[in-house]
Amino acid sequence: MLTDSQKKNLLIDFVLFLADTNLILGQRNAEWCAHGPILEQDIAITNISLDLIGQSRNFYQYAAKLLNENAGASQLPHNDLTEDSLAYLRTEREFKNLLITELPKQDWAHTVLRQLLYSLYSQSLYNRLLNGHDVQLSAIAEKALKEVAYHIKWSSEWVIRLGDGTDESHERMLIALQALWPYTGEFFIAATYETSITDYNVIQQEWSEKLTPILIQATLEVPQNVFMQKGGKQGIHTEHMGFILADLQYLQRTYPGAEW
Amino acid sequence: MQIHDLEKIFEEKIEREIKIESKDWMPDAYRKTNVRQISQHAHSEIVGMLPEGNWISRAPSLKRKVILIAKVQDEAGHGLYLYSAAETLGTSREQMIEDLLSGKAKYSSIFNYPTLTWADMGAVGWLVDGAAILNQVMLCRTSYGPYARAMVRICKEESFHQRQGFESLLVLSKGTPEQKAMCQDAINRWWWPSLMMFGPKDAESTNSDQSMKWKIKRKTNDELRQQFVNMAVEQVKLLGMTLPDPDLKFNEVTSQYDFGEIHWDEFWAVVKGNGPCNKQRLEARNKAHEEGKWVREAALAYAKKQQARISVKVA
Repeated sequence: MLTDSQKKNLLIDFVLFLADTNLILGQRNAEWCAHGPILEQDIAITNISLDLIGQSRNFYQYAAKLLNENAGASQLPHNDLTEDSLAYLRTEREFKNLLITELPKQDWAHTVLRQLLYSLYSQSLYNRLLNGHDVQLSAIAEKALKEVAYHIKWSSEWVIRLGDGTDESHERMLIALQALWPYTGEFFIAATYETSITDYNVIQQEWSEKLTPILIQATLEVPQNVFMQKGGKQGIHTEHMGFILADLQYLQRTYPGAEW
Repeated sequence: MQIHDLEKIFEEKIEREIKIESKDWMPDAYRKTNVRQISQHAHSEIVGMLPEGNWISRAPSLKRKVILIAKVQDEAGHGLYLYSAAETLGTSREQMIEDLLSGKAKYSSIFNYPTLTWADMGAVGWLVDGAAILNQVMLCRTSYGPYARAMVRICKEESFHQRQGFESLLVLSKGTPEQKAMCQDAINRWWWPSLMMFGPKDAESTNSDQSMKWKIKRKTNDELRQQFVNMAVEQVKLLGMTLPDPDLKFNEVTSQYDFGEIHWDEFWAVVKGNGPCNKQRLEARNKAHEEGKWVREAALAYAKKQQARISVKVA
């Protein structure tokens, strides 16, 4: 049996996994801002980036609250953690984001497909949180689910449009699908801290059932027998991760303790 | 109706402060001037996304990151309204963008300066948006209806951006010695280029006279510039910073602040393409446009297929 304190630590790790995943994907998507393929879509992808960072902030704030309570209880000196100290002062090995979120944005095909693969997964995950025991997570999920529904609509439309567009766009979608598919496996492998998610096999099935008709409409086939990468949830990242944090954390690291 | 009569109706509308609408008769030169000015304005919004976009990945807190992303996104939205307003005059958005990418069309020179530190985000918001707003508030009353209405929407968001920029500098001005130095340095670098945003002196401005007569503009470059100086002198005191002009002083006779001579050589050099970032800005826009080409083509091809499928079903 786990003690209450152990349970709380697992919850903190789980919340940080959710926070990191959304932050890093938001950071990647924001790279399109001012560089999108057409003005309307520049605005759309930037909006999604804002939603994801917004979700990450809700999770970070909750994690900070839990950590500060812990510190208070054990009379540790540091009970003033904030969303920013968690996002800006943790290292590569402490970040728990899914590997797929840290991959370079590449072209529009990679970007819209990654968004679809991730949003379909987060929709199922958030639905579990919505109906779970944790009131705070349930409230965050409720708000996020409205945003995720739009992200799925937008990204699925683009996947279909590109898959069934020109020869070039179809080819690019195939390349993106091959590149990203190996990073979808870890979605469904529960980390030790994911104690509240007990039905990953069901989540995986839901995910496939939502994704397959979209891929069919996009005239794309679901890749078979692909070796799956994992490690993000445990803080074992790709080589891209250090560079993302070098950018993201630059000012906080250069001027320790400054207010912005 | 004779051209002479149409011209008379047009002049009367201008005189009586009735907005000119897209279907109204207007002199060719009025149409051209508006297309030029509105499309330049739209291009400025789009190119202006680049210097600020430069700091999105490095914003120092999640709150600042979200504010900055939202701001750059607002600029894309302003670009959209303005391209739409210009399109009502019969020039397509594609044509206008073509002219931007080829270097034929101009955009505000201020965006050819680099954003070197985080404090530049605050300085751009305070000074650059501050200067732009004075121009834009005036344009809310411009004589061409669609332009005036676009400006009303834009002004609301711009004044919000300016406050956010100032607030971000205020935090730096109360921060560590490094942050204070960063704040002053940004003000020093952005001050003179901001004054140049109002354009050449009235005596040397080629487009001003006719634009004033047609009420496209309602204040001269020098009037707006003076208004900006008066405003900034007061605001910089709240920051506890200084403006980099030893000649800046209150004139008892005019009740305005006199200021030093602008380096017009630099102004013309940047206008002619030799600013620190002219090349990079155009390259970035061209790169996004080129790399987006296959996406736009695919969207079009898919839409056509869908259309064909619907026709088949109907038949």
